[in-house]
Amino acid sequence: MAVIEKIPAAKLIRKVPGGGLFLTTSESLLKWGKASSLWPMTFGLACCAFEMIAAGASRFDIDRFGAGVFRASPRQCDVMVVAGTICIKMGDCIRRLYAQMPEPKYVIAMGNCAVSGGIFYYDTYSVIKGTEALGIAVDVFIPGCPPRPENLLFGLMKLQEKIRNEKDAAR
Amino acid sequence: MRPDEISGVIKTKFPQAKEEAGTNNIIVPKESLLELAQYLKNPPLAFDNLHCITAVDRKEKMELVYILYSICERHGVTLKVYLTPEDLNVASLSALWKSANWLEREVYDLFGIIFSGHPDLRRILNPYDWKGYPLRKDYSNPELIPKPRL
Repeated sequence: MAVIEKIPAAKLIRKVPGGGLFLTTSESLLKWGKASSLWPMTFGLACCAFEMIAAGASRFDIDRFGAGVFRASPRQCDVMVVAGTICIKMGDCIRRLYAQMPEPKYVIAMGNCAVSGGIFYYDTYSVIKGTEALGIAVDVFIPGCPPRPENLLFGLMKLQEKIRNEKDAAR
Repeated sequence: MRPDEISGVIKTKFPQAKEEAGTNNIIVPKESLLELAQYLKNPPLAFDNLHCITAVDRKEKMELVYILYSICERHGVTLKVYLTPEDLNVASLSALWKSANWLEREVYDLFGIIFSGHPDLRRILNPYDWKGYPLRKDYSNPELIPKPRL
């Protein structure tokens, strides 16, 4: 059936012959649901944020992948897209926002600055050299200065792949 | 008014103000800065907008730059004050232009110039407990990663 093939966990789904029922494991269904409804945070740091906004708008439409509802509170989010340069003063805010997000939570480091400091790596007094330097574990790194919205969508799909392949679905 | 007319008006009123060579920028001794600023704010020149305050570290001296603009007269002028590194004190203009408040805090934060008479001279861009003034030529910080020379 064409509809079944479109579902990422298609291999795990079997149709009961002659019936209208799907059989799958509850775990893969849970992971599929989790990966298909990510809730990013309304949160941008620098120019990469504009690419993120473009990805959220109609042309690129991040909503196609179920991650279009940018929430204005960290308590309603499960993805933090670190989009931009992390200044020392902003570092504490990011740590606090990450701590306020409920589990399970995922982090996408978008752009060279959030990956490693980018062009601010050398001789810069005010910039933290990447999200991992803050002590936040990153799930997906997206390089680029800034990455195009397609790259963010690709990173999002990589994150969905990662969630679907998680060992422990209850994370 | 044209830039040369403005500097002419200023020089006749304030003989201690000089013109920078090759430009129409006004170099003013720091003692007469406040008085000159007061004059510039009111008509006939009517500089109602303090656009920018910044500084240049020339090692032997610190150059303080004020960029003024008049919205009603549509002309502008640049003032410069030379400070010696031993005495980085200058009068605050925050009583004349509201924008000077934050601009002077920025210059204090990055260059360490003390604006006497400023109502709230705190750091503005760097954290409050920051040590040193990052845009000075002699600034160094152990956390800086020097760029390798190729």
